[in-house]
Amino acid sequence: MTEQPRLAEQNAAVVLPEPFVRWFAEKGWAPRAHQLELLARAQAGQSVLLIAPTGAGKTLAGFMPSLTEFANRPRRKPGQAHRGIHTLYISPLKALAVDIERNLGKPVEEIGLPVTIETRTGDTPSHKRHRQKLAPPDILLTTPEQLALLIAAGDARRFFEDLRYVVLDELHSLVTSKRGHLLALGLARLRNFVPGLQTIGLSATVAEPDELRRWLVSQNPPDDMAELIVVTGGAKPEISILDSEEHVPWAGHSARYATPEIYREIKRHKTTLLFVNTRSQAELLFQELWRVNEDTLPIALHHGSLDVAQRRRVEKAMGENALRAIVATSTLDLGIDWGDVDLVVHVGAPKGASRLAQRIGRANHRMDEPSKAILIPANRFEVLECRAALDANYLGAQDTPPLVDGGLDVLAQHVLGCACGAPFHADALFEEVRSAAPYASLDRPTFDRVIDFVATGGYALKNYERYARIRLNKDGMWRVSNPRVAQQYRLNVGTIIEVPALNVRYVQAGSKGSASRGGRVLGKIEEAFLETLTHGDTFMFAGKVLRFEGIRENECFVSNAPGSDAKVPYYGGGKFPLSTYLAEQVRAMLDDPQRWKKLPEQVADWLRFQADKSVLPKRDDLLIETFPRGNRHYLVAYPFEGRLAHQTLGMLLTRRLDRAGARPLGFVATDYALAIWSLADMGMMFRAKTPSLPTLFDQDMLGDDLEAWFADSWLLKRTFRNCALISGLIEKRHPGKEKSGRQVTVSTDLVYDVLRSHEPDHILLQATRADAATGLLDVSRLAEMLSRIKGRIVHKNLEQISPLAVPIMLEIGKMPVHGEADETLLMDAATLVEEAMGPGMSEA
Amino acid sequence: MNFSLTRASLIAEADLVGIAGERAVCDPRGVLYFPDLRLLAVSDLHLEKGSSFARRGALIPPYDTGATLLRLQAVIADYQPAIVISLGDSFHDGGGAARMHESFRERLESLIAGRDWFWIAGNHDPDAPADLPGETVRELAIGSLLFRHEPSKVRVEGEISGHLHPCARIVQQGRSVRRRCFAADGGRMIMPAFGAYTGSLNVLDRAYAGLFRRETLMAYMLGAERTFAIAGSMLRPG
Repeated sequence: MTEQPRLAEQNAAVVLPEPFVRWFAEKGWAPRAHQLELLARAQAGQSVLLIAPTGAGKTLAGFMPSLTEFANRPRRKPGQAHRGIHTLYISPLKALAVDIERNLGKPVEEIGLPVTIETRTGDTPSHKRHRQKLAPPDILLTTPEQLALLIAAGDARRFFEDLRYVVLDELHSLVTSKRGHLLALGLARLRNFVPGLQTIGLSATVAEPDELRRWLVSQNPPDDMAELIVVTGGAKPEISILDSEEHVPWAGHSARYATPEIYREIKRHKTTLLFVNTRSQAELLFQELWRVNEDTLPIALHHGSLDVAQRRRVEKAMGENALRAIVATSTLDLGIDWGDVDLVVHVGAPKGASRLAQRIGRANHRMDEPSKAILIPANRFEVLECRAALDANYLGAQDTPPLVDGGLDVLAQHVLGCACGAPFHADALFEEVRSAAPYASLDRPTFDRVIDFVATGGYALKNYERYARIRLNKDGMWRVSNPRVAQQYRLNVGTIIEVPALNVRYVQAGSKGSASRGGRVLGKIEEAFLETLTHGDTFMFAGKVLRFEGIRENECFVSNAPGSDAKVPYYGGGKFPLSTYLAEQVRAMLDDPQRWKKLPEQVADWLRFQADKSVLPKRDDLLIETFPRGNRHYLVAYPFEGRLAHQTLGMLLTRRLDRAGARPLGFVATDYALAIWSLADMGMMFRAKTPSLPTLFDQDMLGDDLEAWFADSWLLKRTFRNCALISGLIEKRHPGKEKSGRQVTVSTDLVYDVLRSHEPDHILLQATRADAATGLLDVSRLAEMLSRIKGRIVHKNLEQISPLAVPIMLEIGKMPVHGEADETLLMDAATLVEEAMGPGMSEA
Repeated sequence: MNFSLTRASLIAEADLVGIAGERAVCDPRGVLYFPDLRLLAVSDLHLEKGSSFARRGALIPPYDTGATLLRLQAVIADYQPAIVISLGDSFHDGGGAARMHESFRERLESLIAGRDWFWIAGNHDPDAPADLPGETVRELAIGSLLFRHEPSKVRVEGEISGHLHPCARIVQQGRSVRRRCFAADGGRMIMPAFGAYTGSLNVLDRAYAGLFRRETLMAYMLGAERTFAIAGSMLRPG
């Protein structure tokens, strides 16, 4: 952290051009200390990471080095060659780039700077892109994908030759994904074009600032870091947990019980921002609020599946302070300016302390006024989690995820992009790639395999030499083998893989859409959800109850459905697992009855009841309860490691229990617990040590069992699909035709099966496993847990269900049951036929 | 799965499906076997689909031909058929046979040797495969059965075809299961695609319109160790 005296010293050296001094004076403002400090560091030729809360003038600070240079440079004379891009601004959101253009334009105009500012996103029309190539703006606002495209162009080196600064906004959110890996490689390329290039990273508070500091600069020499400026502070947020007069439910995620209390708060405040974790929760909360909205307050809905035009309307109304409340998912998480929000309501548990801090930061955009927030736990475990997150926010604890090594699929995409731009030498490109922090530990053999993959697929069976996309020439340079390769690359750039989704379009009730073209599009819904619907089913979407009428090509037809008994859509997106840090806090709270005093009485009673009937796990223990119920036997474990890790654990444990003869039937996993049910008495088996619990939970389950499960896990197949698309093995889009229909394309599931059985060590499978370890399977977290609980398993064999087990037992029947039961389902369906038609020859 | 050489003699009555009076096994591996005729039918092998994609820049793994032939070898070893009919689209494109790796060509030739082998012309491979034994025909009539690649618009009793790559989907307990299937209504049958990289098209899709008698449509969905006979009324689109 920066210390005060040094700060003053630095500031003395800053030269603020006269127009700026005048502008600040006219506004009656003074430049903030961190703005001047950042300017001083940049003027000294250094790259800088600025960590500051929202409302601290971060954006202006980030552009200060560029703007002051513009003030000092001579105007371009007519006839003089166009100057290249001076500053590149990169943000994770298209909307953010547009927003910055507006916000930056104002001071630039008032100060009277001769600067051109333009955006370039996927929405920018081609004539404008073309013009930008010929006459580049001084400041280009863009996204990581657009940077990748610019780098892959033949004129890239010349286009960027005047570049001085790259400003990276919301860096904390960019670096944790594959987009961040692609961007880091792009930055390395830019540094190659312009050796003196400086970067300025703008970030919210993170757990490990040094990781971001390394990320911003070349890792050659290793571990070099950007300068760090931290702005602490602002007023402490006022956060409370709703102490409801209603009964807090055992399970579920709707928080419906609290709707009247939430509505009362909306009425009391000017503008309320309501955050939820999933889109389905957003739909439900929106419906519930309108049900009690007697004063017809303007309450709006915003989530990523809604039609873009609809979202823009809501954002505009929000900016104009025309709304009293807005129900939103993570699409609004990032730093867009949202008018005068004076209350943030967080419905459902925040899942991570940092996420909570960032969301609460949305209220009161001036950092010297306290933000006000209310947490609404949807069930009892969430009460514990909210309490833990709240304590964490006051303590300033941070649980942003650690950065992971760069993906090999992303590297493959980048290598092809480099070749599309200009021929490259493998030695030089290897050095360049390793200068990007996510790839600092990449070894040469792996890099060479990636090049081999890009060239011919990298298969042991050398069959595709004649179809190579890049070829090694006699001069030692790799070149694309024909222009079509570059054309295909440009269509498929990027790391964002969209889940297959269909447009949702209004039609007349009862119409299948064949007669009419239908009405307007409401948004998009995932194909996987629609597959479970049948004609006439109702569901909530875009704040309405809709009836499913049918699917035609890439559209889902719906009609308005009066009444409100809707099947709520399930959405793949927007679910975060409980962070490791919060999980640890929740376990600590369970172990400390002193802290229960801060909990609502009904929740504290529940814990006391558990202590009485069973036991509360110690902070580092794993509690396992077994009990019979109906004609089944249940095992409930409480690892608190998040839903993803629990799902993986459930899959592996059921395999092992099956081998041990327990005849497991299925399991469900939540963020807090895991329940498995079986025909045999597991409690008795564990006491007889056949198997013992330590054996059952031994770390060796991450060996063969995991490998065997990998063979047919749909999670692995989905992960593989992403890697195949990002690496360019399968194209997202092909010139001249949009792919559609199952029989036209080759399914990545089939490719996965074939590749896995013929070349299990192929680099793409290696990339898939690496992804799975941190992604959908969360194997890394499971591994940590298994090692932590060694010798610390506490078994309670009970006569009946314990209080702590009630929430997860209530999830059974509501959540999809996991297990490899597809064959059983087919058997059931086939049996129905046999019952109806008799066995034997089914000649119809 | 543990099929032995005597598999053919172990076929139980219950496994048999009737088509125009002939009895056949819908093998869960996606082939159709007529024990009385010692005839094995397989459809849409799409050999060399991988290299066909590679030609156009998508370098998907080159192991599909090997994988498909291995599976074919296994079913031929089990049933020891006297006649094998490949129902068209045996190669993904006209140049496929010429591109085939020498080791695969040898494996295929050893399968063909000693049997009557018929290549039915498909839309992907209208001409005879280059330099391979076996007889290429447009369609083939054997007893009451007619083998051809595309199902004909005018209904022909006893027709066995491929081309459409049927699959079926059911929803049970809120979960969706989709599998390749044999689609039949007692009078005609469309076989599932056998190739390692072949996708599938739901039997309720428009492409099948008018082909089956809806009230007697059955989908024999492929399971790990058996096929599951599912009534048409239980099937879902998509």
